[in-house]
Amino acid sequence: MPAMLRTLAQKLGLMAHTFPGGIHLDMHKLSAAAPIEDAGISPVLILPMKQHIGVPCTSMVKIGDKVLRGQKIAKSEGYLSVPVHASTSGRIVKIEEHAIAHPSGMGMPSIFIEADGDDNRDESLEPITDWRNVDPTILRERARMCGLAGLGGAVFPTFIKLVQDRRFPIETVILNGIECEPYLTTDHRLMVEQASEILDGMAIIMHMVGSSAGIIAIEDNKTDAAESMQEALTNKDGMDGVHIEVLPTRYPQGSEKQLIYTLTGREVPAGKLPMHIGVLCQNVGTTKALRDAVILGQTLTERIVTISGDALPRPANLNVRIGTPIRSLFARQGLEDFSNIQVVHGGPMMGERLRHPDIPVVKSTSGILALSQQAINAAHTVENPCIRCGHCSEACPASLVPNLLADLCRSDQLEKAEDYQLFDCIECGACSYVCPSNIPLVHYFRYGKGQISLARREQVFAEASRQRSEGRDTRIERENAEKAARRSRVRKTHAPKPAAEPTTEAAASTDTGSTTHPDTKPTPEEKS
Amino acid sequence: MESMNGLIYALASLGAFALCAGIVLAIAQKIFHIEGDPMIDNVDALLPQTQCGQCGYPGCKPYATAVAGGEAEVNHCVPGGERTMLQIADLMGVEPKELEQEASAPMLAFVREDECIGCTLCIKACPVDAIIGAPKQYHTIIADHCTGCTLCVEPCPVDCIDMLVKPELIEHWAWPLPDTKRSQLGHERREQHAGHA
Repeated sequence: MPAMLRTLAQKLGLMAHTFPGGIHLDMHKLSAAAPIEDAGISPVLILPMKQHIGVPCTSMVKIGDKVLRGQKIAKSEGYLSVPVHASTSGRIVKIEEHAIAHPSGMGMPSIFIEADGDDNRDESLEPITDWRNVDPTILRERARMCGLAGLGGAVFPTFIKLVQDRRFPIETVILNGIECEPYLTTDHRLMVEQASEILDGMAIIMHMVGSSAGIIAIEDNKTDAAESMQEALTNKDGMDGVHIEVLPTRYPQGSEKQLIYTLTGREVPAGKLPMHIGVLCQNVGTTKALRDAVILGQTLTERIVTISGDALPRPANLNVRIGTPIRSLFARQGLEDFSNIQVVHGGPMMGERLRHPDIPVVKSTSGILALSQQAINAAHTVENPCIRCGHCSEACPASLVPNLLADLCRSDQLEKAEDYQLFDCIECGACSYVCPSNIPLVHYFRYGKGQISLARREQVFAEASRQRSEGRDTRIERENAEKAARRSRVRKTHAPKPAAEPTTEAAASTDTGSTTHPDTKPTPEEKS
Repeated sequence: MESMNGLIYALASLGAFALCAGIVLAIAQKIFHIEGDPMIDNVDALLPQTQCGQCGYPGCKPYATAVAGGEAEVNHCVPGGERTMLQIADLMGVEPKELEQEASAPMLAFVREDECIGCTLCIKACPVDAIIGAPKQYHTIIADHCTGCTLCVEPCPVDCIDMLVKPELIEHWAWPLPDTKRSQLGHERREQHAGHA
């Protein structure tokens, strides 16, 4: 149905709300029936200093230190940041740069832990069993201390969302169990196997934000998960305001803004957060991790990872310690030869292509895929000219015009691209997927966004430099004026005496220059 | 007589309107008076503020003044590159001109501290106060503030200042254009840099 007609029908209440655009993918959920297995402890764990969106952490340990599982080893340096914890007990063997899952292929300072095999836990965090009587701010601090960040893949620090703001009261808590990316089945298996624990976590979230209504959103390709959650919900007390919504499968339904629109009919305005329209959206895995942090007092040291792909002999869902090298996980599932194989971190739509499998599992690792090179090459071969078919605009869940935006980015008309709301693009890849000309649209948007933020950064730096330069000029001017004033004063008072004394004094003061002059107050620039 | 009256009314009303408009304009000129030439600031805002002097003027502001006054061409800013040149040409309403010199990669000055004799000459040369130190003490460069202008290299009597290529930060990494020759070259260089060739 044309988009306008659908919007009209929704506005008139003839049709349920549903986000615009979207595509139907082959889901390839190869590991949907595989129960979660424990992957064990790798002999060496590699923990990058930054595993969340925001400010990197700084190391608190040195080489040779003994650490316990769950012990904080890197502390957060800013507000938008969460600490990193040791994921097993052992010894710190080195702290150096190591490759991470990043499209640049650059490394990140990482802490290497040699496991001692005992896996002793740091028990310093008290379990909070009667959390219903605990102040939400204490629970929020617990979420921060435990290093929780959105495990759906965006790794936004969780504690920031879990806040009671008088201006923006949260009415609805949405539990996101959509998992719309192909291949990935971590949230699916978690909902099937640990439904009760997830609901505990959801109850904690609702207590923290002071909301009584909740929606658990699940797509209709995971009916077993919906059944398991429904069963747990009926058995759970005090969750009357919560209901389960089973939505028709469509990509990218799991994206926060799109899901909120589908469930509530409210749109998150550009540049705002769901909080501003009274909604909190939390991923299933993060909710379970929050429950462990509060009720068990456990920091975030493990997560569930889907290991899958058409080139992998045994797809599985693994409970993996954060920091485990993914090469060892592939080896565990029977893949050792990586020739002609493309390794992908995350889902196939939004994940990163890795150059080599020597990166550790981090908090954002929802899945690791081994795809045969043919499968990838079939998708993107040569970029052809745009034929103006409009498929990309129809598929865009943010109601943008991808072909136009790509043209603007390609020709560096970045201001115009911003006018066409480039920053509303969620980089879901739906447009690139449907494009019959194989235009790498999302790649162009990423380029455009990168160039814009680069220009902004340069502008900020130039402005700071200009101020410093102007400050220096005024200081020099002032010093010269002071010097001149002193010289004339000296000349006046010592006029009858021989001229030798004042001249040496003046010369001395000029020699030592600005840095040591007692009369000159240091300017802020000098102090810094 | 009728037509004479009409003429007087027309003249009087037009005259009164002109007087009112004159008063309003006079007041507006007082209220919205601008000190200096706004064009200088507009040009200055487009310049990268490295204060490097490669344009032949002692800093960015003097060059902006010269450009705004029509004394200098728009293509003298080396670190600004083609983008800055085009922006200035656009602002000044003149034809873009070919750049005289290619911009080099962003640089940072670095003092080899064990060789520094603490003469403070580089401190005096730095246009953005990015060097700290005192007489007979090691000097060091605040990397966050260094614009890479190279003005501190020349005055150093013991040649202990190096210009290093500014390290690329993972947070500042930006996606290259897809599938162009240039982006591929950049990728290879980055690969070599990271040691995963």
